[in-house]
Amino acid sequence: MKLREFIRKPVAKIGLVTLAFAPFAWLCVGIFSDRLGPNPAEYLIRSTGTWTLRFLCITLAVTPLRVISGWPEWLRFRRSLGLMTFFYASMHALCYSLIDMGWDWPEIVADVVKRPFIAVGLTSLVLLSLLASTSFNAAVRALGAQRWRRLHQTVYVIAALAVLHFYWMRSAKQNFSEVVLYGAILALLMAWRIWHAWRVNQSPPGVRL
Amino acid sequence: MLIRTHQDGFIHPLSSEITKPEAYATRRQLLRQWSAGAAAAGLAGWTQREAFAQGGASGLQKLASLPASQSNVQGAMTVEKLTSLRDATTYNNFYEFGVDKSDPARNAHTLKTSPWSIEVEGLVKKPTRFNLEDIIKWGAMQERIYRMRCVEGWSMVIPWVGYSMSDLIKRVEPLPNAKYVEFITQVDPQTMPGVKGGYIDWPYTEGLRMDEAMHPLTLLTFGMYGEVLPKQNGAPVRLVVPWKYGFKSGKSLVKIRFVEKQPLISWAKAAPQEYGFYSNVNPSVDHPRWSQATERRIGEGGLLDKKRKTLMFNGYEAQVASLYAGMDLAKNF
Repeated sequence: MKLREFIRKPVAKIGLVTLAFAPFAWLCVGIFSDRLGPNPAEYLIRSTGTWTLRFLCITLAVTPLRVISGWPEWLRFRRSLGLMTFFYASMHALCYSLIDMGWDWPEIVADVVKRPFIAVGLTSLVLLSLLASTSFNAAVRALGAQRWRRLHQTVYVIAALAVLHFYWMRSAKQNFSEVVLYGAILALLMAWRIWHAWRVNQSPPGVRL
Repeated sequence: MLIRTHQDGFIHPLSSEITKPEAYATRRQLLRQWSAGAAAAGLAGWTQREAFAQGGASGLQKLASLPASQSNVQGAMTVEKLTSLRDATTYNNFYEFGVDKSDPARNAHTLKTSPWSIEVEGLVKKPTRFNLEDIIKWGAMQERIYRMRCVEGWSMVIPWVGYSMSDLIKRVEPLPNAKYVEFITQVDPQTMPGVKGGYIDWPYTEGLRMDEAMHPLTLLTFGMYGEVLPKQNGAPVRLVVPWKYGFKSGKSLVKIRFVEKQPLISWAKAAPQEYGFYSNVNPSVDHPRWSQATERRIGEGGLLDKKRKTLMFNGYEAQVASLYAGMDLAKNF
């Protein structure tokens, strides 16, 4: 079967979502089979954060992939991938508040107020939840395509905040290799968009790129 | 990027590199014979280290034993439950072997610990390079069970073996104007893959004020869990300062320098707003990005259990608080 035909089928989306839950399932298995190393709490908090970043990169790669390949079908996966990003971000926040802070709300509030690093993480989660809650079709209709699009461009702000959050976290130990990696991927995806918008602007009206 | 699968938890060496069981057995026998003389036991440990250095991630290979008597230094024998040897040897920071806490156990097998010497220099009567075989005899080996609190917010309880740093200091006779002691650790790009990453300026350098270095709890450490130090934990000789964050306890020491002015320590140089010279464990002085009020004891409790409260000076307040009388510890963090 051709790839293009395959990605049109509902089973492709189901397969993708199943695959996207695999890291989560692996972490759950890890908790109960004691496979997360000597400090499972730290492992869970860090890996849910890393998976959030990875899904953010994958989600933002959909549009370039669609334009470059010329297959609009790729768009079918964008919403699921965006929701998976939100899912891992929520798990990350849950691990922080439940495991690290012991569900101690006054402590959590104090932590957010005191530490820009945490506040930036929380801000991007709040923004993400805004996008997740307006991701269904009815929301697009209610908002109107134009406004919906503008709202969902907030994802670029979220990406920048996520990298800043990661950078601050790693700056304690001057260990920036992964920060640079994810930062570079996201920067590349952004740069492509800017370049693409510029190119579309340059071309005479009516000519489709 | 650190994407791991279940396959790379233990990287198998070439089959030609795997030591045959027979070879192991004879080495152990040899070792037992050599260790018969109690005084030579530590030494034998050293020459034998290489034999057991086919580093696996388990960290559970038997190393040469290092006999010691129980310490009678005040506060040196906490009765808390020991952290498992596996956790203590597979989860630690040793940046020279990688930034991940599972890296040292994986990579430190390349460290060459014999021959080893420590250069004593600076403001001492007679600057000299001493062989490890000599240094090890300068004090009676004691076992000390210390809490170890990492600046990252986790802690362990580890039985170390060594003698008080003060025994060494008295032996090398510092001059009256020596106010601080600088500890310089091994840096060898050939055997330490981490030093190629520019995280900090190598070699890793630490320091103590003279009275801190002379405090009986400050341990010149040669072993842990009754054996010589595993490579990933700073073999063959390291420092352990139990009331300070773990990074103050330099590993694989090669130089001890006596100086007049407060030395610039590696982490304070790399991130001055986050790490200070003193770095005493202090629950009321937070790290800029996380609280130091609590800690997670490795191997203790479930995921949802409350973390432990961190104690002032890591619970050694009775022994060391007087060193800092009148000092503003928030300013001198």
